[in-house]
Amino acid sequence: MTTLNPTPAKLFAGTGLTLAAGNALADYTWNFPKPVTPIARDTLNIHNEFMVIITVLFVVVFAIMVYSMIKHRKSAGAEPAKFSGPAGALQWFWVLVPFGILLFIDFVLMGIPAFHAVIEMEDTRTKADMVLKVTGLQWKWKYEYPDSGIQFVSTLTTPREQIEGKEAKGEHYLLEVDNEVVLPVGKKVRILLTSTDVIHTWWVPQFGVKRDAIPGFLRETWVRIEEPGVYRGQCAELCGKDHGFMPVVVRAVPEAEYAAWVDKKKAEMAAAAAGGDRTWTKDELMAAGKSAYEKNCAACHQPEGQGLPPAFPALAGSKIVNGPLLSPDGKLLPDSHVDRVLNGKTGTAMQAFKATLSDADLAAIITYERNSFGNTKGDMIQPAQIKALR
Amino acid sequence: MNTATHTLDHHDGHGHHPTGLMRWLTTTNHKDIGTMYLTFSLLMFFLGGAMILGVRAELFQPGLQLMKPEFFNQLIGVHALVMIFAALMPAATGFANWMIPLMIGAPDMALPRLNNWGFWLLPPAAMLLTMPFVLALFGIGDGAVATGWTLYAPLSVQGGIGVDFAIFSIHILGISSIMGSINIIATILNMRAPGMTLMKMPLFCWGWLVTAVLLIITLPVLAGGVTMLLTDRHFGTHFFNAAGGGDPILFQHLFWFFGHPEVYILLLPVWGLMPHVLSTFTRKPIYGHTAQVWSFIAIGVLGLIVWAHHFLTAGLPVPALLYFMYSTMSISLPLAVLFFCWIATMWRGAMSFETPMLFAVGFIVLFGIAGLTGLVLADVAADAQYHHSYFVVAHFHYALFAGGIMGVMTGVYYWLPKWTGHMYSEKLGKLHFWLTVISFNFTFMPQFFLGLAGMPRRIPDYALQFAEFNAISTVGAFVLGLSQLIFAYNVWRCVKGGEKASDKVWEGTSGLEWELSSPPPHHSWDIQPVIKTS
Repeated sequence: MTTLNPTPAKLFAGTGLTLAAGNALADYTWNFPKPVTPIARDTLNIHNEFMVIITVLFVVVFAIMVYSMIKHRKSAGAEPAKFSGPAGALQWFWVLVPFGILLFIDFVLMGIPAFHAVIEMEDTRTKADMVLKVTGLQWKWKYEYPDSGIQFVSTLTTPREQIEGKEAKGEHYLLEVDNEVVLPVGKKVRILLTSTDVIHTWWVPQFGVKRDAIPGFLRETWVRIEEPGVYRGQCAELCGKDHGFMPVVVRAVPEAEYAAWVDKKKAEMAAAAAGGDRTWTKDELMAAGKSAYEKNCAACHQPEGQGLPPAFPALAGSKIVNGPLLSPDGKLLPDSHVDRVLNGKTGTAMQAFKATLSDADLAAIITYERNSFGNTKGDMIQPAQIKALR
Repeated sequence: MNTATHTLDHHDGHGHHPTGLMRWLTTTNHKDIGTMYLTFSLLMFFLGGAMILGVRAELFQPGLQLMKPEFFNQLIGVHALVMIFAALMPAATGFANWMIPLMIGAPDMALPRLNNWGFWLLPPAAMLLTMPFVLALFGIGDGAVATGWTLYAPLSVQGGIGVDFAIFSIHILGISSIMGSINIIATILNMRAPGMTLMKMPLFCWGWLVTAVLLIITLPVLAGGVTMLLTDRHFGTHFFNAAGGGDPILFQHLFWFFGHPEVYILLLPVWGLMPHVLSTFTRKPIYGHTAQVWSFIAIGVLGLIVWAHHFLTAGLPVPALLYFMYSTMSISLPLAVLFFCWIATMWRGAMSFETPMLFAVGFIVLFGIAGLTGLVLADVAADAQYHHSYFVVAHFHYALFAGGIMGVMTGVYYWLPKWTGHMYSEKLGKLHFWLTVISFNFTFMPQFFLGLAGMPRRIPDYALQFAEFNAISTVGAFVLGLSQLIFAYNVWRCVKGGEKASDKVWEGTSGLEWELSSPPPHHSWDIQPVIKTS
């Protein structure tokens, strides 16, 4: 099922042209990167076959034209013929032959392998071993493993200084994240995709998989990674200002290693949840808030809280941030600072952060924002309070 | 015949044309309006080009050097809108205005006042589109539309005032195009010289007839789509919001139902022009006139039913994927008929390679690359890799720059002596051609490889493995952009003066337009010519 039956075209595709086009170059700069899933391998084979076909078509057709341009020049003494269409059965035959060939190329040589590849690519459910849910957010990816309850957000870690040219760029410039997705090798992973704001597209070239993440809908695709390794890709659908800065990094590991990772991740999540239950000091909240702010908020509201108005308002001196924290009886005030951070603002890039951040992070960020950038509210909110407000 | 002679005397007699600016504001003359369309198109071509050179400069090296990502996103989208709606479409309409009446033996367009209005809607529309750039300088709004030209919801629902300006600009541009299309259809169907049956009509007019029909079918759908976007943005509707029962993908269906035929809208006038140029410079009749007419119609019809191949990664059901894949592939058949006819027209001719012929041959080869890569893109599985990547960017620039803009340049060089009565500089024309073709390939060929290697489109900064090809592409783009100044100078020079052009201009021409003087009189074909039935 993973490989197609050899057709004459595939055998043909294995010849010199394909080699010259890419396979011979180890780093694949001239072609798709090295495939590591059945789909990617099929896609590369199909692509190579098609490239051979269109190269042959191109060369044959334009060889005829170039021959004519050399031979039938006025300066070479050519006399123009008078014909303006096929005359006689023989000419009609030669006129129709190219279209017969093209029909064959379109719907047999290209059409049949393409058909099988589509069916395979869309078969997301048969014998799926596990599910990974991917949610696109401006401008990061959230990953959930429904089987084990693991969930985390994956954000770009390339420092601003590298992007702005103040530091040398690292090896994985723009293609590195804080939390890599870890998947077991050899398992069929059904990937469900959605988004919380605008359309994003999840793409890892070496998987041969690219699928849109659409707000309010679930889309699906699948991978079966055949080799351990780290595979990098990017968001492929324009999704706003930091579209170029939301990479996808997948680490494929052997099954035992994957199981160990799951246990470790579960323990981390339990520890983080426990952090939400105890009472924090203000200094702790401010310190945690600063780092969480820089990771989650600074891209739009800027490190010093000055924002990028009018799309991304300033927090420094903001009416909302400097407004009351909660109602006197501890309830959420509509359109207040806490409401904005937890529930976002519809129709803008301000997302509902309660979906992605822990109670501790939310409490820390809110406390930090109210006591930084010249804001001096002096109050704070505890993770336990956030938990109650969810 | 008497009546006709009388009209001729009358028109030549009255000398109260407004002059200066009022002449251009109030003109209903198809030649004046054609000239305005072409001038506007050239200006917008340089504006759109300047925008993309900013983009290419930013992409010269990895890292952010010149601009913020927000501004980068504005440049790419407005570049596309300007090039498509304000450069290519007006150029084709300019050709239609100038040439269709001359070619079919009509004294003017059927609806001259509508014609004037159609043109004068364009400058305000272009101003609306670009004004948010200026407003942002004064602290109003956050710049022009930053969603790419496709305006996908919900990103466009989220966007700033630039989106509203773009929506209204598209409305006005659409009204202008529909008026132009109605005029062209009315002219072609009613004002052909006696004896010129539809099947005898010149292919350029046929290309435009199909284009005009496509515009009238598809533009209202786009207008509806962007209006729904407008009400989603401001009036609380939820057409594209799943939380309110809408669907973001609906916008993509509406947009591409227009967007795909739009490709043929831009290219059909050029396909119509090519056989005339080839026949002229091969000194041989057009091969397969009837076959080309039916191919135009077939491409028009097929173009209306393949739109979803622009979003095959959006998660369409399998039957839809298969349908859109095979229907898209089938477009290669009528397109192959055109290529066959172009090459068969050249076969056993007596060719010479003046600038228009060079551009025509360059067009055929480079547009061939666009067509062949398009065939590959139709394949759903491989498209998963190509889609949203630089491979697609390269593909549609082969279609719309090499196919569209080089096609327009073919027409300009071909008809300029007829319009102005002067020959352009052949030396500069050839220089322009070779610089354009070489730098074009340096710009866009590397982008195929960038796409294959996995570089997404519309990103302001990129990973290090993409650096070399991007650098080459940027150098190519600057040479390409600057080479077009030669074109502008050559046109300017030709308008101002130069060697006198004969009425036939080229040795191998045939058709009514070449029977008029060069330049043709302000009012031509006052006496309707008669096509002899042979």
